Amino acid sequence: MTAQLLFFYFGGMAVAGAVVAVFTPNLVYSALSLLMTFIHIAGIYILLNAEFIAAVQIIVYAGAILVTYVFVLMLFNPEQEKRYFHKQYKIGAFLGAVVLFLMVFAGFKTEILSKGGPFTVEYVEEIGHTRAIGNALFTDFIFPFEIASFILLVAMFGAIILAGRGIKKPKGPGGRVDLSSRRKAKEAIVGER
Amino acid sequence: MIPLSYYVTVSTMMFVIGLVGILIRKNFLIILFSIELMLNAANINLVAFSHHFGEVDGQVISLFIITVAAAEAAVGLAIIIVLFRRKATTNVDELNLMKW
Repeated sequence: MTAQLLFFYFGGMAVAGAVVAVFTPNLVYSALSLLMTFIHIAGIYILLNAEFIAAVQIIVYAGAILVTYVFVLMLFNPEQEKRYFHKQYKIGAFLGAVVLFLMVFAGFKTEILSKGGPFTVEYVEEIGHTRAIGNALFTDFIFPFEIASFILLVAMFGAIILAGRGIKKPKGPGGRVDLSSRRKAKEAIVGER
Repeated sequence: MIPLSYYVTVSTMMFVIGLVGILIRKNFLIILFSIELMLNAANINLVAFSHHFGEVDGQVISLFIITVAAAEAAVGLAIIIVLFRRKATTNVDELNLMKW
């Protein structure tokens, strides 16, 4: 009973945060409600006895990815238009309704046969969740693990090359920034305002 | 004991919200947020089924999905930075240079 109440709280808050994140015009509110969604999804993972995934969810999603988004948001602060919906919003809403109906229908119609695997709740509690995940990760999934590290490397190179292109190297002895040019640039910006 | 269909329902709702967000919003950042929502919905499904079947494979794959989401966020934000420097907008309607 307690577990069901907790599930309704976590699931409801996650879905509510997702709705606010998609439909609010303000980008900062959108990012904060996305944070709410991520934290409540971590609660759902804990209800599923997956503590390690919950910790990774909070550290990576709420701690790293969302902070990067908010950082870019604050860097640019793009102004929000009056009409922030795309003109194809009717088609989008219709497609969303159809997909929602089909998927809920399929989810309740399908009979899922329970095949009891070796990792029952008691067994995982006995050896520890992190250890169970680590054993699987470094034996059965060692090749995907290496590919994941390669993906991270490529993404790092890609992000640095894309975002760092066009930045001029500072001139002057020893790569030091010429202060007079910087002062001039600052005066130009102040003069514009 | 919470039935599996509850988890599937929550995950379906989050996936559809992300899909609708991609289709109806104009801002590039919100589209990236929606992609994160869809990846999270897939993660909930994976962990729920893995718990249901008594295996850890689904949870390991959800770790890989989190990795890919981090890489996608980094590259997507770099693209937004380049676009904003060139066009001073994050509106996907105005990025029609390659449209025939």
